Amino acid sequence: MRKDYNLEKRKYVIGGIVVVIVVIYLIQLFSLQVLDSRYKEYADSNAFLRKAVYPSRGIIYDREGRVVVFNQPAYDVMLIPRDVQPFDTIDFCNTLGITREQFDKRMVDMKDRRLNPGYSSYTPQVFMTHLSPEDYGKLQEKMYRFPGFFIQKRILRQYNYNCAANVLGNIREVSKTDIDRDPYYRSGDYTGDLGVEKSYERYLRGEKGVEILIRDARGQIQGRYEDGAHDRGAVSGRNLKLSLDIELQQYAESLMVNKIGAVVAIEPKTGEILAMVSAPSYDPSLLVGRQRGANYRMLTNDFYKPLFDRALMGAYPPGSTFKPTQGLIFLEEGIINTATTYPCYHGYINGRLKVGCHGHGSPLPLKPALATSCNAYFCWGFKAMIDRRSKYGTPAKAFEVWKNHLVSLGYGYKLGVDLPGESRGFIPNAKFYDKFYGENRWSANTIISVAIGQGEVLATPLQIANLCATIANRGWFITPHVVKEIQDTVMPAELLERRYPTIEQSYFADIAEGMRGAVLGGTCRGANLPGIEVAGKTGTAQNPHGRDHSAFIGFAPYDDPQIAVCVYVENAGFGATYGVPIGSLVIEKYLNGEISEGRKYIENNMLEANTILYSGVKKH
Amino acid sequence: MESRSINREASTFRYLDWPTVVIYLLLVIAGVFSVYAASYDFDHASIFDYSEFSGKQIRWIGLALGLALVVLLIDARMYETYAYPIYVGMLFVLLITIFVAPDIKGSRSWLVFGSMSMQPAEFGKFATALALAKLFSGYNFKLNAKRSNYYRAFAIIFIPILLILAQRETGSALAYLALFFVLYREGMSGLVLLAALCAVVFFVVAIKYGQDTFLDIPLGEAIVFGLIELITVCMLVAYCKKGVEARNVFLWFLATSAIAVAAHMLEWPLPATPYFLTAIGVGAIYIVLVSLHTDRRKLLITAGAAVGAVFFLFSVNYAFNTVLQPHQQQRIKVTLGLEEDLLNAGYNVNQSKIAIGSGGFFGKGFLNGTQTKLKYVPEQHTDFIFCTIGEEEGFIGSVAVLSLFLILILRIIHLAERQPTTFARVYAYCCASYFTFHLAINIGMVIGLCPVIGIPLPFFSYGGSSLWSFTFLLFILLRLDAARREHH
Repeated sequence: MRKDYNLEKRKYVIGGIVVVIVVIYLIQLFSLQVLDSRYKEYADSNAFLRKAVYPSRGIIYDREGRVVVFNQPAYDVMLIPRDVQPFDTIDFCNTLGITREQFDKRMVDMKDRRLNPGYSSYTPQVFMTHLSPEDYGKLQEKMYRFPGFFIQKRILRQYNYNCAANVLGNIREVSKTDIDRDPYYRSGDYTGDLGVEKSYERYLRGEKGVEILIRDARGQIQGRYEDGAHDRGAVSGRNLKLSLDIELQQYAESLMVNKIGAVVAIEPKTGEILAMVSAPSYDPSLLVGRQRGANYRMLTNDFYKPLFDRALMGAYPPGSTFKPTQGLIFLEEGIINTATTYPCYHGYINGRLKVGCHGHGSPLPLKPALATSCNAYFCWGFKAMIDRRSKYGTPAKAFEVWKNHLVSLGYGYKLGVDLPGESRGFIPNAKFYDKFYGENRWSANTIISVAIGQGEVLATPLQIANLCATIANRGWFITPHVVKEIQDTVMPAELLERRYPTIEQSYFADIAEGMRGAVLGGTCRGANLPGIEVAGKTGTAQNPHGRDHSAFIGFAPYDDPQIAVCVYVENAGFGATYGVPIGSLVIEKYLNGEISEGRKYIENNMLEANTILYSGVKKH
Repeated sequence: MESRSINREASTFRYLDWPTVVIYLLLVIAGVFSVYAASYDFDHASIFDYSEFSGKQIRWIGLALGLALVVLLIDARMYETYAYPIYVGMLFVLLITIFVAPDIKGSRSWLVFGSMSMQPAEFGKFATALALAKLFSGYNFKLNAKRSNYYRAFAIIFIPILLILAQRETGSALAYLALFFVLYREGMSGLVLLAALCAVVFFVVAIKYGQDTFLDIPLGEAIVFGLIELITVCMLVAYCKKGVEARNVFLWFLATSAIAVAAHMLEWPLPATPYFLTAIGVGAIYIVLVSLHTDRRKLLITAGAAVGAVFFLFSVNYAFNTVLQPHQQQRIKVTLGLEEDLLNAGYNVNQSKIAIGSGGFFGKGFLNGTQTKLKYVPEQHTDFIFCTIGEEEGFIGSVAVLSLFLILILRIIHLAERQPTTFARVYAYCCASYFTFHLAINIGMVIGLCPVIGIPLPFFSYGGSSLWSFTFLLFILLRLDAARREHH
């Protein structure tokens, strides 16, 4: 058969077309596979899911080793919307104890991107959080009937004692601010909120591990990448040992029921806080679990602000508990000695100025003045110091000296307690009065009320308790703190060092003696415990909110102080009425472990007393 | 009689084109490993596990080799003798399929027998090739001799296409269009291929650059106008061999284009489209006038091509927006990079490119591909099987597979040209055309150069129908080739 050679040449055209196509494809493949590196990254982000492995949070113990806060597993019901297949909704709802309407609403809410911006039908979504162990058990058995749903384990905090909420704090889901501030956090993580949960977050949280999982196109996990060769295990959080005596805390809180105020008890030798009550308080377990949001709102909106830790955030006029500081300063500055006497004719009367006082002998020296809480004595002392131009030049300069001594005693600035939100209180400086009255236009009488802890000066119950501890130590203190030990970690040095005020130590003994006198035969007789030598000082602080605040500081035993207490009850009247009994009960409880028979009635009175009624803050 | 038969069988194997058989076996074996890798799960099932795709594919291959043997044992002349009956029988099956096939993903192209199913459209390929070869092998048949020859060839090609379109299996139907290569080889004017190429280029350019503007008209339109002018000039030179006329037309186009650009820059209120239309129209009239004196036909074709191209250009948008279905428009737009649609139409291709691109130069290694293992690429053991190769064997593997196919196709063209009979030659070209089309469309789609058209990669994609069909196709050719000496 004759061949058409003209047409046969066309094989080159056809072959050429095939070659051109293959060459174009090879160029495209070269650019995809060799030149362009982006596809590798896309592939990794497709296939690898870096899943965080959550460590267990550190356990919190009290000073006696009693478990206060521990972890409890909780279970969230999750679902991947895409994988959900038709199932028995009624059975599902019954198992979880919800209604059909709740179920439908939750499903609608979940898909609403305004409520749930991270919604995707490919990724796990939360259906219901914090299942109880019982519901978990019931659901787990039936789980196979609900394709697309699964259960995720979480860790919740649980509390053995219904107290110390202000010290312990709680945990909450991280906010966007937290995530921006600390790259450790990822959305959905938990972080400490308030209390030691917040201030010791770094220790408690441990370190998240990472598990590299292989994820398929449906978002389902197929296994671990290279059998976990690249995984990193989680490091458990460190346990904390609090300095709190949780039973003392519980007892002090019970005494403060139906009262507003604070109790702070410190072990003077160590600065360790034994109890720190802010009243009214709340049950820490309110801020756990599914009801956290609602409870948190309720506590925030509560008129008495239970979330406000009065022990270290509340700045109060210290009242007569301030007088020991005055005695110390006057002695240090040589204004007085222990023999110096001042007159008191039912008060301090200087020209037209009069500061009232109550009946006692006159004139009198420092120690009896402390014991009887004589206003006049300290006003005279204050006047003698501030107006002593021969020594200081001007009242302003004298006042600065006075202020610096107070600062060294822990007033006017944050003490540095290891809890968040501490207030610095307020000690004015000379400039403050210059601004107020004009330069050189004020003298001792202008500002005489600060001498007795009224007027501009404000202090937190913690600062007042710290003063008491300083006196108990006869001249030094250690920054008060609530954590005694951190597992496998040395406590920060600033919580162990002694701090010395700018006042000669021997003067503290005089003040202590005066305070012992107050218990033996002065305003604090109610604190005179059988078998325990208590030293104390009452305070009755006038305030613009109604009845006087009732305050008390005291330490015991006198010669070897184990505990220094500050009690501050808002609008409760005389210091001797509430401050002294509560303070003495706390001391007795701590030192003796129980309340003696003869004082049970005091305990009952205090437990039942309700001073919220008198609170001027509450306006009807 | 008996000894003759033994001789024939002996000669069949002696003259069998072993290089092709080796390439076939290499492709098929590589295919099994790819299917195994593509459907490999973390349960580490054996490649031979019958419940796995790879295990099934091995069974398909075993049966395919049996079929190949049967095909080789049949007398070569039987294929020519029974070409039409086979073709008609297959048309009947295709017709039946439309009515009895169950609806699978919108297409009715699978015949189901119990647990087995088969796609007649695949087997229609070799039947159509036989019929076309039979037509061309008719006594003194010359494609260009009579216009009716074209009608007969078109009929043989388009009847199965229409039947398969009726099954809503567009991809398989398009594969038959590849047979136009055969018509070209047998005498059809190259202008048809050129026209087809121009149509594709104009279409792509007009759609892709349809949104940008140039001279106040869509950029795509402007480029196509320029291309039409260029092709017209080229045709005058190369096809009509008219140098002087080509120069005149070229200068005319240059001048009018310059005026159009100047008018635009000086902001004369002259819309550009009529300018181009006038320029091309005048050019066409000039060519027609020249044609009155000499070589009429070629010049008229050239002028007609230019005018026809303009009409085509204006019908492109209309056709795109009204004839094509929305999902088809979507696929084309995604391929042209006009739309990012990573969730729907673009998802497959994007994931496929990620899988291939992440393979790098050397690949991630057999069974180490993450994208394909984790099912990011849909249809990865069938239409998107090439992803597995790209991801696990890298650029090296891709080159190897493409090279094997290129060698196979060039080998088939070589076989075609050495056939003493028109029947065998035409049949061989049919094979080459099918392989070329499947290779070009399947791999083009996987690497994002073609729109997504669901056709398998021969010998790689999982499935018995495709494997058997291409095995039939290839081994009938080998049988015909082995018999070529019997005619001497």
